[in-house]
Amino acid sequence: MTAPLLELRDLAKGFPVRDAIGRRRGAVRAVDGVSLAVPKGSVLAIVGESGCGKSTLGRLALRLIEPDSGQILFEGEDLRTLSPAALRARRRDMQLIFQDPFASLDPRMTVEQAVAEPLRLHRIVPRAQETQRVAELLSRVGLRPELARRWPHEFSGGQRQRIAIARALASQPKLIIGDEPVSALDVSVQAQVVNLLQDLIRELGLTFVLISHDLGVVRHIADRVAVMYLGRIVEEGATDAVFRTPRHPYTRALLAAVPGQGQGPAALLEGDIPSPIKPPSGCRFRTRCPHAQAICAEIPPPLAGAVHRAACHFQDSLPAAPAARETDAGGERLRRLQAYFTDQKQRTGELA
Amino acid sequence: MSPPMLELTQVSVEFPTDRGRLRPVDGISFRVEAGKTLAVVGESGCGKSVTALAVMGLLPQGAEIGGGIRLDGEELLALTPDQRRARRGGAMAMVFQEPMTSLNPAFTAGEQVAEALRLHQGLAPDAAFARAVEMFARVRIPEPERRARNYPHQLSGGMRQRVMIAMALACRPRLLIADEPTTALDVTVQAQILALIDELKTESGTAVVLITHDLGVVADHADEVVVMYAGRVAERAPAASLFARPQHPYTIGLLGAAPRLEGGVARLASIEGTVPDLLHPPPGCRFAPRCPFALDRCAQQPPLAAILPGHDVACWRAPLDTLLEAAA
Repeated sequence: MTAPLLELRDLAKGFPVRDAIGRRRGAVRAVDGVSLAVPKGSVLAIVGESGCGKSTLGRLALRLIEPDSGQILFEGEDLRTLSPAALRARRRDMQLIFQDPFASLDPRMTVEQAVAEPLRLHRIVPRAQETQRVAELLSRVGLRPELARRWPHEFSGGQRQRIAIARALASQPKLIIGDEPVSALDVSVQAQVVNLLQDLIRELGLTFVLISHDLGVVRHIADRVAVMYLGRIVEEGATDAVFRTPRHPYTRALLAAVPGQGQGPAALLEGDIPSPIKPPSGCRFRTRCPHAQAICAEIPPPLAGAVHRAACHFQDSLPAAPAARETDAGGERLRRLQAYFTDQKQRTGELA
Repeated sequence: MSPPMLELTQVSVEFPTDRGRLRPVDGISFRVEAGKTLAVVGESGCGKSVTALAVMGLLPQGAEIGGGIRLDGEELLALTPDQRRARRGGAMAMVFQEPMTSLNPAFTAGEQVAEALRLHQGLAPDAAFARAVEMFARVRIPEPERRARNYPHQLSGGMRQRVMIAMALACRPRLLIADEPTTALDVTVQAQILALIDELKTESGTAVVLITHDLGVVADHADEVVVMYAGRVAERAPAASLFARPQHPYTIGLLGAAPRLEGGVARLASIEGTVPDLLHPPPGCRFAPRCPFALDRCAQQPPLAAILPGHDVACWRAPLDTLLEAAA
C-alpha cells in the first residue's frame, strides 16, 4: 500500500449549542475521534446521512476549521503545527469543491477571473501566461475557452460545476475534497461530471476525498469507503468489500434503503437519527439497531479489523447480509444501446 | 380496464414572458387508475411539476391551460375557482418536496391538519384535532399526542413530511400528487415515507401521481411510468415494461446515467449537451440535438405510438432493436 497523502489521527471537533438568548446549553460532538488514511492517488468516500459529521470532517481535514484535538498529517507533516504563512503556502496542494455551484462562484467575477485567482494567489504562472493557462484549464474540464469572458449566471448548474472544478485544478493540487460535488445536478448532467472527475483523477494522479450521501456515485468512483454515524466512523474498507459484505448493521440498513434494487420492501430502519447533543451511550446506533444487546449501551465498540474495519460488538456473529441482487434490468440489449451514448462521437459516423 | 381516476388529455400550459411565450407543458396525456401509482420522470425543466400544478389548479395567474383534466369523470378545467378550491385538499391533495415551506410556522402541526378536516369534512374543532392525532399515529409519528402540539421547527425533516402526508390523506383524497416527496430526505427516511404512501394507497384506493427524478424509486413504487422531456411525453409504459425494454433514447440514456449500487460499470452513459431552451425549442423531436440515434426525419415531431401493448414511445427509430440487429 502506498504511503498516505493524508492521514487523520483521532480528530475531534465540538460546536457549542446555545439557547434562544445565547446561553451555552452543551456541545455537539460533530466529529468524535476519527482516524483515516487516504493513500496517494486513491479515492476515499465518506458517506452518511445529514448531521453525521461528514462535511465537518472534510473541512477539518483541510484545517478550514480548527479541530479541538487530533492530528492532520499531509505528506507526513501535521497541518496543525504549521504557521499561518506555511499553511497558506500548503493550501495550493489541497482544494475543496462544494455542492452548490450557484453559491460557490462569485457572481461579480468572470469565469476567467475566477479561474485565474488561484493562479495569481499561488504564483503558478507569470501574468503574461494567465489567459493561456485559463484556456487550458477550461478545455481540461470540457468547456470552450471562448466562454472565459462570460459571467457565472450565464451558465447551467453542470457548467458551473465544471468551472468550479477548473478553479480547483488551477493551483495544481495533490488533494481535492469534493463535498457532494454532483448532488445538486440532474442525473444526465451528473453522469457527465462524474465521468469528468474520474478522468481527472486518473490522468492527473489526484487523491480525492468524496463526501456524499449518494451510494450509487460512491460505489462508482471510490476505492475505499468510510461510513459515519453521529460523528464516528462505524465502518471502513475497500468499496467492493463494504458494499458486498457490510459488517456494521447501520451500513447494511443504509444499503438496503437505496431504492431500485428489486428486493421489494427492505427491512426499514425505524425512527430518525438521535439528537447529536445527547447521543446514546455506548454504541450510538444501538437505539435503531435490530441486533442491539445490553453491552451495546455500556461499551462503545472499537473500530476493529485490519483492512475492513467495523465498530460493532457483534460484527462476527451477525446473520449474513442479504446479497445485493444483481439486477440486470434491460440486460445485454440495454448495454449495447447505451454503448452508443458512451462513445457516440465515433458512432455518429457509423449510424449515419 | 377500470375507468381512470385521473385522465389528462393533450394538456398544455403556456406562460407569457418578457422574452416570448413559454410552453413548459406541450400536449401531455396520461391516465391513472384508483389504487395505482403513476410515476412522472424527467429532469429539471421537463414540465413535470408544472403538470402537477395544472392538475391541482395551483398555476400562477396568467398561465393558460389547454386540453382536458378529468378527475373521476369530472372535467376540472370547466369548474369555477371556488369549485376547484373545494376539490383541493378534499378530493385531491398534494405533497411537496420541501415540507418546511409548506407548513405554517405559526401554528402547531396538529392544528394545521385539523384545519383541513374542519374545512373539508365539517368537523368541530375538538373532533378535528382528535382526528389529526389519529392521523399522526397512522403515519407512524411517535408520541402523536405530543407531536401534534409541536410547531414545525420542532420536528425533523422526516417528521414534517409525515405531517404533510397526514394532512394530505386526512380527507381520504381520491388523488394524491407527491412532487419529489423524499428528495430532501435521507435515504433511510425516504424508504419509510415511500412505504407509507404505498400502504395508504392500497388501503384507501387513492390514485397516486409520484413525480421523481429517481429511477430507483420508480422501479420500486410505480405501476405506470411517464418519461417527460422538454414538456412532452417521450415514453409511457407499465413500469416493468419500461425497465425491461426501454425504447426511447432519452430513457436509455437516463437508465445508463444513474450509477448502480452493484457496481461493475466502468463509465456512465452520459447524455451529452443540455436540455433545450423552451423559448426556442428545436423543431421536431426535442431530444434530437442530444440523441446519438438522430436522423434527418427527427426534424419532424414523432407521434407517441404503441410499440408493445400499453407501451408508447415518441421516436422515429423505435423499436431500437432493429437498429441493434443492423449494427450486429
